[in-house]
Amino acid sequence: MRHVLSVRVENEPGVLSRVAGLFSGRGFNIESLNVAPTFEEGVSHMTIVTYGDEQILEQITKQLHKLIPVITVDSLAGASVVEREMMFLKVRAEDSRRGEILRIAEIFRCKVIDVSMVELTLEATGDKEKLDAVVKLLQRFGIKEIARTGAMAMCRSME
Amino acid sequence: MEITGAQILFQSLKKEHVDLIFGYPGGAVIDLYDELSRHPDIKHILVRHEQTAVHAADGYARATGKVGCCLVTSGPGATNTVTGIATAYCDSIPLVVFTGQVPCKLIGNDAFQEVDIVGITRPCTKHNFLVKDVRQLAKVIRQAFHIARSGRPGPVLVDLPKDVMLQKTEFNWPKKIPMRSYNPTSDPNPNHLHLAMKYLREAKCPVLFAGGGVIASDASQHLSALAKDLRLPVVATLMGLGAFPAHEELWFGMVGMHGVYVANKAVNNADVIMAVGVRFDDRVTGKLSSFAPKAKIIHIDIDPTSIRKNVRVHVPVVGTAPKALKGIHEIAFEHMRPEEWQAKHAAWLRQLASWRSEQPLDYNKKDGQNGKIIKPQAVIECLHKLTKGDAIITTEVGQNQMWTAQFYGFAKARTLLTSGGLGTMGYGFPAAIGAQLAFPGKLVVDVAGDGSIQMNIQELATAVCHKLPIKILILNNAYLGMVRQWQELFYERNYCSTCMEAQPDFVKLAEAYGAEGFRIERPKDLEPIMAKALRSSSTTIIDVRVAREENVYPMVPAGAGLDEMLLV
Repeated sequence: MRHVLSVRVENEPGVLSRVAGLFSGRGFNIESLNVAPTFEEGVSHMTIVTYGDEQILEQITKQLHKLIPVITVDSLAGASVVEREMMFLKVRAEDSRRGEILRIAEIFRCKVIDVSMVELTLEATGDKEKLDAVVKLLQRFGIKEIARTGAMAMCRSME
Repeated sequence: MEITGAQILFQSLKKEHVDLIFGYPGGAVIDLYDELSRHPDIKHILVRHEQTAVHAADGYARATGKVGCCLVTSGPGATNTVTGIATAYCDSIPLVVFTGQVPCKLIGNDAFQEVDIVGITRPCTKHNFLVKDVRQLAKVIRQAFHIARSGRPGPVLVDLPKDVMLQKTEFNWPKKIPMRSYNPTSDPNPNHLHLAMKYLREAKCPVLFAGGGVIASDASQHLSALAKDLRLPVVATLMGLGAFPAHEELWFGMVGMHGVYVANKAVNNADVIMAVGVRFDDRVTGKLSSFAPKAKIIHIDIDPTSIRKNVRVHVPVVGTAPKALKGIHEIAFEHMRPEEWQAKHAAWLRQLASWRSEQPLDYNKKDGQNGKIIKPQAVIECLHKLTKGDAIITTEVGQNQMWTAQFYGFAKARTLLTSGGLGTMGYGFPAAIGAQLAFPGKLVVDVAGDGSIQMNIQELATAVCHKLPIKILILNNAYLGMVRQWQELFYERNYCSTCMEAQPDFVKLAEAYGAEGFRIERPKDLEPIMAKALRSSSTTIIDVRVAREENVYPMVPAGAGLDEMLLV
């Protein structure tokens, strides 16, 4: 089962290595992990997507919390969650194919962020399934390069 | 007034009441050693290998309950500490290890004697620090000691670049070190205590199961009081030996791979197990699917990750063992009178007693009685008799460790110092050095094998130098006995690389180091020579030639259930 963890950590050297080392050392899976500073001073936020049964998820959560620089660990599994991922995708786009690529980009609300004589670079945002669909549809044109952020997630406001 | 990083380090150690430090100098810490010479109130023990500095600090910590402390240089000095640190980490022993580091500007440059020790020890420390700013030094040391001793204790490493030790700043010892990310739970949830009590009230066949956490948190008095007032039978892990006196009638022995028959039967037939400070590792549980099949498990532990890591738990209690045991004790008489508790488990206790007499802990004494061969178990029984159980015993790892655990009969907490989790051969002797320094007037005995003792035998120099009257009792079978036992039982006696007939003359070796040496070869000499050796005021080796192919029984083969014991 897929789980999304929202983790606040002290923004200090080695913290990413502690988290990554925990997953590799204990044989937990990481599908994606992203990390960046937040508005709180000295705090970084990680979103970790992982797989495992309930018992494994419980261990992952507790083991993360046991790391000294980890401040909070929230499992967003089951909760009402907003989740997005961003992707840059560079695709071959000769004159004859460019129109079709742009139409597909429009359907998925992608932005064109770079263009040259033979290539287009698109920015796409959405959940994993949407980004996978963009990739699938553009594959036949010849994808040159992809960069994905991995999921970011947050609980919806409870009002 | 501004002082150097080196001065701050020693001022900080004094604030933490450190008066003993184990170490080994080198280029990166030469400034620290220069400063050390001006602090006669901090005693430094120069060991002969950095690994043993950590084991000695660990032995000191286990024997006293205080934080052990060591100081080594960068590079190989630092990497040599790794086995010691991992040993302490597995057994939750509070240590602070200071390592030298190359100057900040050289870090990452593959400089001489540079190693990323913070990276290397990340998975085997509770936490570690690299101090790159002298203004952070006092705070980091304060945090290091706090982290090492609080919550579930463990080793903390502080890496000290050479230039930071020379920089100057004001010394400000922080009064408080609030850490938003580290606040271990110490008070158990009262609802969980009530639920635990409900299970205990309803239990017909309860077992109180003590682990190393009882000793680490000084909870053995609380455990004993609860066991006696509720008449609960007590068993323990290797790490829990000493938590409950082995001469008490409620004591039923050690559980696990080499646990006694009755203890393993007790666990497997219990309807409620109250586990305190145990982590249910594989050497204790055997095959998980057949472990304690009938039991509801109450699990008291300071570390939430220990709970439901390996076994299902019905009542999780996160908190310190003294608080949890006291809390349960206080509510025990709300619904039941003391005399009801006294009578409640009578049938179960009778059953346990009959299992105990059916298969007592035993060995084949015949070879011993024909006057030719000494049985290793008899050596431990003799040691117990001569010391009257009042000694600090350290062990190495293997058969020597298991026979000690089985036959010594520990009566008090912090009297067995043994590497339970990591199983580090070479641990016992340096740990004995730490324990002897902590308790100069106590008898300290390292029960060793001929294999294990050779892993850190160079520390004879340290022990002799400091006139430590440690007794090293070698159960000498000229084998790596435990591996040989497995080869005999499970590998068709293919004794590959376990025969160690090429060994030094341990008596002469002792003498060469300035220690005393005794050899015991005949059963009739065992008691008189051991008695004489134990009275010696010098570091002493007692080389006892024992039955070469004696096995440790009972034994639960790896991967089998506790109900599949091989008996004598």
